[in-house]
Amino acid sequence: MSHDTLTPAPPVAGRQSGRLAGFGTALGSWDAAIVAGLVAAVLVASAAVPNFATGRNAQFLLLDLVPLALLALPMTLIIVTGEIDLSVASMVGLCSSLMGQLWLSSGLSLELICVLVVLLGALLGAVNGVFVTGFGLPSLAVTIGTLALYRGLSFVVLGDQAVADFPADWTAAVVRPIPGTSIPVMVVPVLLLALVFGVVLHATPAGRALYAMGNNSEAATFAGVSVARTKFWLFVASGAVCGLAGLFWTLRYASARGDNATGLELTVVTAVLLGGVSIFGGRGRLLGVVAGVLLLGVVRNALQLADVDANALTIVTGTLLIASVVLPNAVRDIRARLHRRRQHTRVTAP
Amino acid sequence: MSRTDTSVADRPTGVPSPAASRSGRGLTERLLAVRELSLLLALGALILVTTLYNDRFLGSQSIKDLLLGCAILVILAAGQTLVIVTRNVDLSVGSILGLVAFATGELFLAAPGTPWPVALVTGVVLGAVCGAVNGGLIAVAKVPALVITLGTLYAFRGVDYYWAAGQQINAADMPRSFLRLGNQTLFGVPVLFLVALVVVAVAGFYLRSYRSGRELYAIGSEPAAARLSGIPVGRRVFAVFVASGALAGLAGVLYAARFGTLDAAAGTGLELQVVAAAVVGGVAIFGGSGSVYGAALGAVLLTTIGSSLAVLRIDPFWQQAVVGALILAAIGLDRVLAIRTAARLRGRSAHVA
Repeated sequence: MSHDTLTPAPPVAGRQSGRLAGFGTALGSWDAAIVAGLVAAVLVASAAVPNFATGRNAQFLLLDLVPLALLALPMTLIIVTGEIDLSVASMVGLCSSLMGQLWLSSGLSLELICVLVVLLGALLGAVNGVFVTGFGLPSLAVTIGTLALYRGLSFVVLGDQAVADFPADWTAAVVRPIPGTSIPVMVVPVLLLALVFGVVLHATPAGRALYAMGNNSEAATFAGVSVARTKFWLFVASGAVCGLAGLFWTLRYASARGDNATGLELTVVTAVLLGGVSIFGGRGRLLGVVAGVLLLGVVRNALQLADVDANALTIVTGTLLIASVVLPNAVRDIRARLHRRRQHTRVTAP
Repeated sequence: MSRTDTSVADRPTGVPSPAASRSGRGLTERLLAVRELSLLLALGALILVTTLYNDRFLGSQSIKDLLLGCAILVILAAGQTLVIVTRNVDLSVGSILGLVAFATGELFLAAPGTPWPVALVTGVVLGAVCGAVNGGLIAVAKVPALVITLGTLYAFRGVDYYWAAGQQINAADMPRSFLRLGNQTLFGVPVLFLVALVVVAVAGFYLRSYRSGRELYAIGSEPAAARLSGIPVGRRVFAVFVASGALAGLAGVLYAARFGTLDAAAGTGLELQVVAAAVVGGVAIFGGSGSVYGAALGAVLLTTIGSSLAVLRIDPFWQQAVVGALILAAIGLDRVLAIRTAARLRGRSAHVA
């Protein structure tokens, strides 16, 4: 190989290190940027969209976001370790149809069914975990496989029928607001769970280990982190949370169906990335993700109230996602370029 | 161009150390051939079992339906292979297909006299433009294609819905010559399937025999090394996304011709089927390995499973579950093969040393 093909390499490497230097600051401010974006979106929507700033709308907005917020929590931790779980929506669907089938034909009490459904979710997650950590397969491919498998099984369990005759006091309980406010009761467990995931991620050695394995899995192993075992339990946690989301989805819409939550996985990934989590792993904060979920919900809700076709709203989801990855990078590039030019002039000035 | 350069670019797939891969070249190629062979065997077994159950499964009408049914998926899988081989993925193909299909219908509504070749070219160009958007954004953002194409999956689909605004295009709005394209046969083979065959042959030949085609494998095996060896990685990846978009555009036009009735939801969720077809066909999800032929066979196998389940009177709800299980089996098999190859190569190079 001739030498001149190699010469372009050094400047590339130089640029990369400049970019890496600005990487931390650009992402550190991302939390603040996304929270600011959320506040701005709420203010603009309250001023410009009639009926947005009403208690009733806030109640529905938050209720709509419960499954998304739930699934985004374990997804954040999984993406921080450099993996991904695309099967979440299918697990919600399978848990929902199993709940319907058990209620329809088993005669068990609904309390017991709920416990079983969450256990089933954990089991489904464990299957993902075994494939990824036990067999060493890429999680992207595995969870595309289980996305199809679990969705298929969810149709096998319930066919194309819907189970709707859940007790009214249960279905009413999940949509009830906290007395005296318009905030749904369900927000409380979601926040508690977010707190748990947040503390684990940001305030425990296990959480630091997640970042370590996301940055460099091999180095983490040598540092004494049991990478495989940790990732396995993350997939189990993801499955269990999907079980919870399946329960909520079924009771909220009073309908267990095989196609519940179809396609939600992509929205979850969008919200997590919008929240500033790097798809490469190793970077991101749970606060940003919670703000990302809320921002996505507020923008979609406001546009829906403004009579934009619900399906066309996916333009907003897509644009937000692309902007969230393109903008920080563009800013970083410009900063690095300015920095280099300054250094250049400093060197050549005397 | 020196002789060594060609052999660097020419080396097939997925083997880490240069010394090991030179000695293991024949073996790797044999393994790849085995993958296509095993797909053919699986396909043959499936068809045999189904035919034993109901001999009309091999009737000419049934075969025609099968070929017609898999043509669009085969075209998309060929495009996806080009992308995945470079360690990228294009999740927006279903949305591009939907957008182009609807645009084709709108074109015939606006200008009823448009000859179908013009519509075909327009669709391919529109698809290529969408692909260029993907490629351009990936170049600017320098993030994995997964993220960008997830974004454009939504964006293109949203544009489609916004444009359609709930309206539907019917077969009556399109010229008969165009619709005939979707159902016509040539010597008993559907034209759609012939188009798919041409696409697979061209893409397969390109990947196997062109220098830039081999470079795609090099990029997927190790992007940093590819860059250092002088391969224009950015330009190649951009081109691959344009090609994938153009093929999705072609598939969109053919979709319009085949189904006639179009709304903004056409092709929703197709992206996962396409990736599934490629993965089942032996295309490694992290790049550097796999062939267009394998992916095309994967697409045919997935389609055939669908129709044979119906013939076998198995609840059609099982179809998706079977597809999922097949994906897991395929990547598991790849893993086992890779471990065995690596062990064998290690043994061999240790022997040489």
